Amino acid sequence: MSEPLLSSLNLSVASAEIFMVCAICVVLLVDVFLSDRSRWVTYALSLLSLVGAAIVTVKTGVSARETALEGAYVADPMGDVLKLFAYGTVAVAFMYSHDYLRRRGLFKGEYFLLGLTALLGIMVMISAGSLLTVYLGVELLSLSLYAMVAFDRDSGVAAESAMKYFVLGAIASGTLLYGFSIVYGLTGTLQLDELVLAVREVGPDRIGLIFGLAFIIAGIAFKFGAVPFHMWVPDVYHGAPTPVTLFIGTAPKIASYVLAIRVLAEGLDAMVASWQSMLIALAVLSMIIGNVVAIAQTNLKRMLAYSTISHVGFILLGILAGTGDGYRAAMFYTLAYVIMAIGSFGMILLLSREGFEADRIEDFRGLNRKSPWFAAVMMMLMFSTAGVPPFVGFWAKLAVLGAVVDVGLVWLAAVAVLLSVVAAFYYLRVIKVMYFDEPADSLAVEGGGVVRALLTVNGLAVLILGIFPGALIDLCARVLP
Amino acid sequence: MQLTWPILSVLIWLPIAAGVALLILGDRGIAFGRWLALGATVLTFAISTQLYTHFDMTTADMQFVEKLPWITAFNSWYGLGVDGIAMPLIILTTFITPLVVIAAWTVIEKRPAQYYASFLILEGLMVGVFAATDALLFYVLWEAMLIPMFIIIGVWGGARRVYATLKFFLYTFLGSVLMLVSLIYMYMQTCDAGQCSYAIADFQELPLALNAQLLIFMSFMLAFAVKVPMWPVHTWLPDAHVEAPTGGSVILAAIMLKMGGYGFLRFSLPITPDASAQLDWLVISLSLIAVVYIGFVALVQQDMKKLIAYSSIAHMGFVTLGSFLAFDLLQVNGDVRGAAMGIDGAMVQMISHGLISGAMFFCVGVLYDRVHSREISAYGGVVNTMPVFAAFAVLFALANSGLPATSGFVGEFLVIIASFRADFWYAFLAAVTLILGAAYTLWLVKRVVFGAVANDDVAALKDLNGREFVVLGILAAAVLLLGLWPAPLLDVMRPTVEHLVQQITESKL
Repeated sequence: MSEPLLSSLNLSVASAEIFMVCAICVVLLVDVFLSDRSRWVTYALSLLSLVGAAIVTVKTGVSARETALEGAYVADPMGDVLKLFAYGTVAVAFMYSHDYLRRRGLFKGEYFLLGLTALLGIMVMISAGSLLTVYLGVELLSLSLYAMVAFDRDSGVAAESAMKYFVLGAIASGTLLYGFSIVYGLTGTLQLDELVLAVREVGPDRIGLIFGLAFIIAGIAFKFGAVPFHMWVPDVYHGAPTPVTLFIGTAPKIASYVLAIRVLAEGLDAMVASWQSMLIALAVLSMIIGNVVAIAQTNLKRMLAYSTISHVGFILLGILAGTGDGYRAAMFYTLAYVIMAIGSFGMILLLSREGFEADRIEDFRGLNRKSPWFAAVMMMLMFSTAGVPPFVGFWAKLAVLGAVVDVGLVWLAAVAVLLSVVAAFYYLRVIKVMYFDEPADSLAVEGGGVVRALLTVNGLAVLILGIFPGALIDLCARVLP
Repeated sequence: MQLTWPILSVLIWLPIAAGVALLILGDRGIAFGRWLALGATVLTFAISTQLYTHFDMTTADMQFVEKLPWITAFNSWYGLGVDGIAMPLIILTTFITPLVVIAAWTVIEKRPAQYYASFLILEGLMVGVFAATDALLFYVLWEAMLIPMFIIIGVWGGARRVYATLKFFLYTFLGSVLMLVSLIYMYMQTCDAGQCSYAIADFQELPLALNAQLLIFMSFMLAFAVKVPMWPVHTWLPDAHVEAPTGGSVILAAIMLKMGGYGFLRFSLPITPDASAQLDWLVISLSLIAVVYIGFVALVQQDMKKLIAYSSIAHMGFVTLGSFLAFDLLQVNGDVRGAAMGIDGAMVQMISHGLISGAMFFCVGVLYDRVHSREISAYGGVVNTMPVFAAFAVLFALANSGLPATSGFVGEFLVIIASFRADFWYAFLAAVTLILGAAYTLWLVKRVVFGAVANDDVAALKDLNGREFVVLGILAAAVLLLGLWPAPLLDVMRPTVEHLVQQITESKL
């Protein structure tokens, strides 16, 4: 009896998630019995689980779409690539954060555990085959992140931002669920592949469906941090400890992208006309508010928060094109953005010291004098984020703009490039501080060897992918045909 | 006559590699680093002369072509090649850069390795801009070029350097982003036609409706007009020039401004001939305003660098005027020879202005290094203490005012003749520059160089040292050579210019 049931569930496709659940349990159990001095075991085990998950994912990698758990779970090449990328991002995030957490007495198991559960949430979202699975992943990710923001329990600011994040996030999750329920009520299915047909049957112009779609879009926009659902982004980025900001600012972006792709592009593709116009409004507003408000920031974390909002606008541009080219471009943009964002936050962690956060723009003053190489790395990251060639950020913008122009929205491309000029201003200000100003103190850069090596690789990746972007673009094209 | 090795790649990557080596070497090894910088730039120049000696002067086709797949997803190629328009500009670039290195030899004491490295990397990128035959490669290099220049002005500039360099970067960035949208649009058009391509040559043959052409033309115009710069988008230039270190001003005036003119000839004219024909009045009037109005503005400047910056804008007005006269001439009387003459004049003017403005900025640099002031009123009677310098200064000033037998005369003369063929009043206004140019340049020389010794600073001046003499001497020789014997330059350009005139007479509607 149980034999055929198990095989019909086709669980082997979901091995990576199953492995991750087991690994999390192990880490959790081991961590309980560790003294603070041997906390490095948790750290090592977490990294090990990521490596293990990567091996499992590669071993069970699929060449075409496969489903499990009666359609609630999907494995496809895009999912595999995004998962591998997410493992890498989380691993790099852990390694960047290690020194910082140790110096602040925050080197506790929670950071790594919550990081892994958040990652599990991302994996579930990536592999979601039904709206319910999507929601499961969203909640797992969000709850981990709420807790993570507050995990420095002595910090009032962090507690405040965690509270804001939680309250707003809960509303957004509710909105998303409400939207799902309306769609379910009208179509009678939660399964994404069945939804495609059901929507066509019901008629994509049915007012009830559009009503539900509006709620879904609002939920997605919140998770992305798109205007007007962006209020949490600056406060959380600013208030959370920098390692948490680094985490929130990177891997969950992959999840947001996949959320939009699975729900909008796969499930509700017949309603493209409706969600395209909604996303246009979100994208334009995000680019305007994000870029303009970022100019006024003096705190680097807050500035990067607004810059994220504007980048979300660009990712949405790719998605709203509603074509394969557009989805590929948005995926490329997301991956490129993650590489750039993790480097920028990594730089803040590198420069931070005992009692010195290095999270204000002026803290980078005269960096070229102290450490020409890391000033160059930061410069490359900033130019890349601004979309100036020859760095990877330029190609991300180009791909997205190409997709938008292709569907005849030339005006939107023009608006986007003009706003990227506004963006250039605040990135240039960081470079100005590093290169044109004299250092305020003569303290050398302290960061440890691992962080230095990783940042070096990170900076070179931005440059090399900028000169030879073909490989990454082709990868996106291969997994998203 | 073609070479078997990829000369253009060498010209691009040799200086960039040397620049990276300098960065790794750092300030500690600067004694060797300087020689490395000089060696690399001189070698680059020596190699670039091969372009001239092996150039086929009978064809308008791209030569020394290189084509390697770059980004297959966008059908973009690492495509290089030069024709009669690009080749002289590349040689100008490789010619000026070693002089900048020599001029900085003992002057730059703050972070010298990064200074030389910036110029070397910049040189490679600039050569690439002139050599790119793929629009995407062109755009990448065109934007990338801003980065070293941003650093050069910002780190080694004067008191208001941050303001100037931000203005420079944002102005040019704003100008060029819309060009990117146009390039993407045309790429999509080539896709619709069956063969996706970013090749500039394919864009030149792409049929485009008039409305699309007008929009594309405006986006190109914005990008190139900012770079040239044309009135009224010129305001970044005086600031950038004034604050930039001598080398930065020289490269800016001698080469970067030329990219605007080059862009008009490579992109605007052949890709949007119908829109250019419709809007030629706009460019011509803006050019004439630049020539006349900016000439008056130059007259009242108190700062030497600012005066030369305004003079650059006025002189670059001839470049845009000469380029767009062609449309007027072809429309009015189908005057193909006149059209070619205008474009010839624009090209010669670009090369000549590159030499003369570079030389004048070097002259200001020589004075600035000694007195640390750019104010005209801080000088007077320099000839008494620096006779050799004074001789050079007067020569370049005369060249700047268009004296026959100097290169400044040839370009202006060709453009004025061409404007006569189009309209008397064009020629009249353009010729005003002969008076204005002479007025502001010679008045500058009179106040700075001649007269009695004005103050103790001037009395204490030492004449040119060997290094400075070499730099100014080489430039003086080039200015005179081009003025007395411009034929080699004109011969190189002839087939390309004829081809260009042919292209712009064919409607793409």
